Amino acid sequence: MSNLNSLTHFWPELILTVTVLVAIIADLIYRKEDSFKVAWWVLGGLALTLFAVRMSGGALSGLFMGTIAMDPFANFFKVLVLISTTFVILMSFDSADLKGYRVGEYFSILAIMAFGLFLMASAIDVIMVYLAIEIVSIMSFFLAGYLKKNQSSNEASLKYVIYGAFSSGIMLYGLSLLFGLTGTTKFFEMREAIAQLGPDANLALILSAVFILVGFGYKISAVPFHFWTPDVYEGSPTTITAYLSVAPKAAGFAMLIRFFNQVFGDGAPLGSDAWTALNNVPWPQLVAVLAAATMTVGNLVAIQQSSVKRMLAYSSIAHAGYMMMALPLMTQSGVYGIMIYLLMYLFMNLGAFYVVIYVQGKIGGESFDDYNGLGWRMPFVAGVMTLFMVALTGLPPTAGFIGKFYIFAAVIEAGSQYYWLAFVGVVNSVISLYYYIRVVKHMYLSGDRSDSISMPTSNLTTVILIALAIPTFVFGWYFSDVADWIHNSLVIFQGM
Amino acid sequence: MNHLLSWIIWLPIIGMVAIAFVPRDKSELIKQIAAAVSGIQLLLAIYLWQIFDASNGTFQFMERAEWIPSFNITYILGVDGLSLPMVFLMALIGFIGVFVSWNINKAVKGYFSLFLLLNTGVMGVFLALDFFLFYIFWEVMLLPMYFLIGMWGGPQREYAAIKFFIYTLAGSVLMLIAILALYFTCGNTFDMLVLMETAPTALNGMLWWGMSAIKVIWVLLFIGFAIKVPVFPFHTWLPLAHVEAPTAISVILAGVLLKLGVYGILRINYTMLPDGVFWFAGALAVLGLINVIWGAMCALAQKDLKKLVAYSSVNHMGYTLLGMAAVIAAAGMNGDNLISAQAGVGGAVFQMFNHGTISAMLFILVGVIYDRAHHRDIEGFGGLASQMPVYTAFVAVAFFAGLGLPGFSGFVSEAMIFIGAFPIFKTIVIISTLGILLNAAYFLWAFQRMFFGPANEKYNDLPEINKRELFTVIPLAVITLILGVYPRPFLDLVAATLNVLIESVVSFGGLAAASM
Repeated sequence: MSNLNSLTHFWPELILTVTVLVAIIADLIYRKEDSFKVAWWVLGGLALTLFAVRMSGGALSGLFMGTIAMDPFANFFKVLVLISTTFVILMSFDSADLKGYRVGEYFSILAIMAFGLFLMASAIDVIMVYLAIEIVSIMSFFLAGYLKKNQSSNEASLKYVIYGAFSSGIMLYGLSLLFGLTGTTKFFEMREAIAQLGPDANLALILSAVFILVGFGYKISAVPFHFWTPDVYEGSPTTITAYLSVAPKAAGFAMLIRFFNQVFGDGAPLGSDAWTALNNVPWPQLVAVLAAATMTVGNLVAIQQSSVKRMLAYSSIAHAGYMMMALPLMTQSGVYGIMIYLLMYLFMNLGAFYVVIYVQGKIGGESFDDYNGLGWRMPFVAGVMTLFMVALTGLPPTAGFIGKFYIFAAVIEAGSQYYWLAFVGVVNSVISLYYYIRVVKHMYLSGDRSDSISMPTSNLTTVILIALAIPTFVFGWYFSDVADWIHNSLVIFQGM
Repeated sequence: MNHLLSWIIWLPIIGMVAIAFVPRDKSELIKQIAAAVSGIQLLLAIYLWQIFDASNGTFQFMERAEWIPSFNITYILGVDGLSLPMVFLMALIGFIGVFVSWNINKAVKGYFSLFLLLNTGVMGVFLALDFFLFYIFWEVMLLPMYFLIGMWGGPQREYAAIKFFIYTLAGSVLMLIAILALYFTCGNTFDMLVLMETAPTALNGMLWWGMSAIKVIWVLLFIGFAIKVPVFPFHTWLPLAHVEAPTAISVILAGVLLKLGVYGILRINYTMLPDGVFWFAGALAVLGLINVIWGAMCALAQKDLKKLVAYSSVNHMGYTLLGMAAVIAAAGMNGDNLISAQAGVGGAVFQMFNHGTISAMLFILVGVIYDRAHHRDIEGFGGLASQMPVYTAFVAVAFFAGLGLPGFSGFVSEAMIFIGAFPIFKTIVIISTLGILLNAAYFLWAFQRMFFGPANEKYNDLPEINKRELFTVIPLAVITLILGVYPRPFLDLVAATLNVLIESVVSFGGLAAASM
């Protein structure tokens, strides 16, 4: 489809672009102390975008000369991105980090990042893949270093830049190898070209797949490409940490699934065996080992943390590992499990980070000891935090259990050769209980026990917390409609 | 009444919501609500017992509702002769537990909310017939238990609570793998009634890494349940949790929660993996023997009265394992000895119920003396018989019931277990009767040290057991005595169901034993 024609189907992204422009102009008009008002313009734009996403139904052929797909699969991830962006913007009002900064830009950068994530979820051309990743990465560097007076924020940004540049360089190299082999940049044409390749191209093909996997692994912070995660997560403003732990990860999974299914897969709809082009390398086993390593490393290091924020950073690595468990076979139920997990994870993880932001603002710290006696000082916040911790552990009846349930179901369904992976997964769940429940322990079992409520919560805080807690709880026992919605989103645009 | 089982399960949640609206300083009202809700629940359980058809061994009062059709998850409840006594036991202990907790004065609102939530979880496990629902209820119990031990417990409460939590979670996630494996190998369903029919044959000959699928699933499920029972060597969380938990929670823990493990083995392992029963029966008997002897030896060594009672639970639950193992006596290769199987399994279920009442009584009485003397050191007392005669009498009843004296219900169930298991496990039964001797030793020795001998002057003014405490102990003592003399009502209640169970184990079991 030609560029001009494509624009008529590109409403969500166009609205986002206008939102960015409006935010930048609004930032020029507001005075510094009013700059938080920019957020409302962005929120309005996001609401319109959400509406546009919901309106666009069905799978459309490749937009912009076959570089962008508009399908239910992409729309699902766009909805995830919009929900998380909205919550992160709302959470920013309570952020102690951002006090004293001009924040108009901050909100417009968030909107640009959402735009980049949209592209990540829908790219079907390797050039577009790279562009989308770079838009998201550069915006993340800005946001991680947004606190220019804060040394660790600067450090986070710099580390992020170095790691990001390095890994996207490697990925670009992989993509260029692939282009050299196939002579095209489009996913489907690539697959057809790969099918024609002789066995002597195997080495180059495998190298390129490995390099590309490095790039994706960096985006979803899979072990051993995770080393940037804790420092960046710790140094960034906590709102951005929350955002980075959810939205880019979701988009990274979307891109990874789409790329490997359509380029190296057999091109059939999700559900049959993927990786057929690479079947002389034990890919499923390799990815399974990466998944096991990711969750184990994330969990074992999370145990040792003394800061709740850093603990959540490491645990987000572990969560990426749980999701990767469902990747090896690329079966329909595996992808389905990842999508359900991402949705559930979004609410509980944003909720946990929001409590960290809130406690940081009220008490001034983020170590475990700062949570002592929180159950008595802020019963509501502590109660909700308990729910998020229980959900992140994966105990029923919370959303976290449903996410894990679908993931484990996919692994078990794949056959007995993957039972070991399920076993590693459940053992990791038990390990994670130890550090998640530690937060609960500090809130309720340690510290002064006074029955007075000394710190009432503000209205906005209450609304955000409830808005995050309700799905976290309700999806734990009623998820039929959500499951159906995600099931219908499993349609990946196939062919030209 | 329609939806009777749902009412029994969800009533405590209604009470919990009601408590949420009561201001936190009105602690009397909170306790009254908890008592009223548990009281109604107990009445419903008694009513259920009355209208239950004991001659019918299948599930009754079934409820079925669509839940998550895309994953074949259904809301199914049902009660049979195996779950009914457990439901009644939970309702009774739950009701008594409210009164045992009456002198809780710290964060009363939270305590009773969690207490009621725990009640719902336990009831749900006993009544759920959908595996997914079963698992949810199973895990719902964990968090309230963590808080109840961790917030209202003794000095080491934090450690005890986390140890309990991690142990039981480790067990239940293994169970989750087994549940999912059953789901995908036996026709994509969580419906336990369907699984009971399909699973025994669907897994035949299936090999996973060279091991029989039946064995793998059996072991995964067994570990999950064994941690709850607790079976040696998974028992180490129990003494700690018991000692640190507040009295009412120890009562629930020993009285009901330990039964969940045995219930799970009988309800799930026995019906869905009958071949595994034949494979594992010997090990089950040996584990039972170890529990009996180990528990008794540990109890003998304790100086803390509560720890002694806790280890006596390990000992008593050992007998149930032994009785359960006797089911294989009914198989053709073991001589079609149906009477033995009936005695063994019936004795095991009866022992579960009896241990529920007796250990509850023991823990309440330990709590009574702890509230007064603020310690539980057996050596720290002496001559209490003259200082608290009424209390002494009740402790005597509880101790004698605990050591299995004829005339108390514990004797009947233990005798049934030995009779049932003897034809197949002669050596094990003979050795485990030693446990009875050790039982008598630790109970009588503790009794002698606490209640006889020179009186400890310090405790001359110790107030006698009060009316509220008597109210909590007397029903349990009466049940123990009545069932000790006249166990018929109980045995009739469970007989039909257990016959169906034995029948299904024997008819499926052993068929595929050769291929395993």
